Amino acid sequence: MTNYKIKHILGQTVFHIVVILLGFIMLYPILWMVSNSFKDNADIFNTSSLIPETFRFDNYARGWRFNNSVTFSTFFYNSFYYTIISTIGSVIASSLVAYGFARVPFRGRSFWYGCMFMTMMIPYQVVMVPQFIIFHKLGWINSFKPLIIPQFAGLPFFIFLMVQFIRQIPYELDDSAKIDGCNRFMIYSRILFPLIKPAVITSTIFSFYWRWDDFLGPLLFLNKPRLFTVSLALRMFSDPMTSTDWSAIFAMGTLTLLPVLVIFLIFQKYIVQGLVTTGLKG
Amino acid sequence: MKHINRRTRTLMEDAAGYAFISPWLLGFVAFSIIPILFSLYYSFTDYDILGDPVFNGLNNFRRMAGDQLFWQSLKVTFFYAFVSVPLRLIFAFFVAMLFNRGTRAIRFYQAVYYVPSLVGGSIAVAVMWRRLFMADGALNAALAKIGIITEYSWIGNPDTAIWTLIVLAIWQFGSSMLIFLAGLRQIPKELYEAASIDGAGSFRKFLNITVPQITPVLFFNLVMQLINGFTVFTQAFVVSGGSGDPLNSTLVYALYLYQRAFKFYNMGYSSAMAWVLVLIIGVMTGIVFKTSSSWVFYEAKEGK
Repeated sequence: MTNYKIKHILGQTVFHIVVILLGFIMLYPILWMVSNSFKDNADIFNTSSLIPETFRFDNYARGWRFNNSVTFSTFFYNSFYYTIISTIGSVIASSLVAYGFARVPFRGRSFWYGCMFMTMMIPYQVVMVPQFIIFHKLGWINSFKPLIIPQFAGLPFFIFLMVQFIRQIPYELDDSAKIDGCNRFMIYSRILFPLIKPAVITSTIFSFYWRWDDFLGPLLFLNKPRLFTVSLALRMFSDPMTSTDWSAIFAMGTLTLLPVLVIFLIFQKYIVQGLVTTGLKG
Repeated sequence: MKHINRRTRTLMEDAAGYAFISPWLLGFVAFSIIPILFSLYYSFTDYDILGDPVFNGLNNFRRMAGDQLFWQSLKVTFFYAFVSVPLRLIFAFFVAMLFNRGTRAIRFYQAVYYVPSLVGGSIAVAVMWRRLFMADGALNAALAKIGIITEYSWIGNPDTAIWTLIVLAIWQFGSSMLIFLAGLRQIPKELYEAASIDGAGSFRKFLNITVPQITPVLFFNLVMQLINGFTVFTQAFVVSGGSGDPLNSTLVYALYLYQRAFKFYNMGYSSAMAWVLVLIIGVMTGIVFKTSSSWVFYEAKEGK
């Protein structure tokens, strides 16, 4: 073997060892939570070991029952309901708006596009209080309306992402569709929407997990346990004043991470692409 | 005749354009513009949501000046942002450099390193984080393994509690890393080749090519992360149990603002605080933008 080759293999080995070690530290807290979800309550404390001495699956059953009057079935149903409807609304609305901005040369277009960018810079805290008061006066508190309806306006991030995508698609397609007798809505729905699939998928995934993880919204607008989303339920569950059943809390915590992780595993390629092209938050 | 035709055509296009953007436009007016105007109005009033807003001029802002907790929350937030943002970006950049090579395993590693960012916003992780840094948590258990016995509650001590939030923020460096990585991949290979021919070592190449070429991406990351840092809420809320304890050491600005509005129902005061936040973020990003011309390297396009 040449000197160079040895050096190369050595370098590669060191690289992989460093990356794997660091990766383990990165994942440790999550693995710890999953492992705790199988441990006895007494074992969670004073042990950093990832492998439980005895596997206890009843943590999951206990956690799921929550306080017996409302169970995690309700919370998961609420979360899925609100997440899925919001996601459908925001993605479809965003694509409509993006088509308008990218393809229709109307007056005031760049002004409104600029306004949209501005809204991304304004912290939510500014609109939080008045939104709460408006929704309160409308009688929308303790319903999913304040969480869902604003999503139907589309999300600036998604609109931006889709506009970037549509701009890469040649105009000739629109023109030939027009000659074939398509109106603008048909061009949008039949030609462009299918072509911006990567942007649509990216937006769908991001919307799903932003909604799923959202905490402040449900905290502000929902205060009946029957309406709680999983994140709200988990936070009430882990209230330091009342709870000591950490195994059950970690069991439910693990379950709430599952949908996000599963979607990530399936669509990893799109998520990484989407992040790279837009540089979204986080 | 022809120009009338053209006029109806532009009118038609205007109508079509506004029809397409109408979802956003309606939402913008209903959920942004109107609330923003209300917020501005409330910030000059005393308003407890039950009664009517009572105009009180600059009283809220005057009260802020004498409000110890307001200053405490500012202090905590500045510390949090100024420590966590640079550390997170340095870490993200370091890992992106590590991943900027063509090994097949990289895709897998990328995913692993991104997972904490993926779940980092969730309550499950925030709850777990609290548990991790308690006196009987896993950190102390791990330290005991290497011989350091401590009964120290990292989360319960005012000197270290904010650091648990900072570590949480650094832990979620994934999206900054991916953006750096995208930036690194866009640096033309010829630059490095030319530098090699000129006899530059890897450190020189890093300093004279990689760093200047990455500054636009760094600029973008810096602005986004600063805004995120100054508005952090959920993690602080959950980790501190909603209180900002111990001794208000984790009372970040957004958390105090939330408490003012939804615990004490000082809607006016809270709105005034929100506008101070806008001002702070505006000044911060303004400084970054203003200084950017001296440190952000843009390719000279006209020089060719």
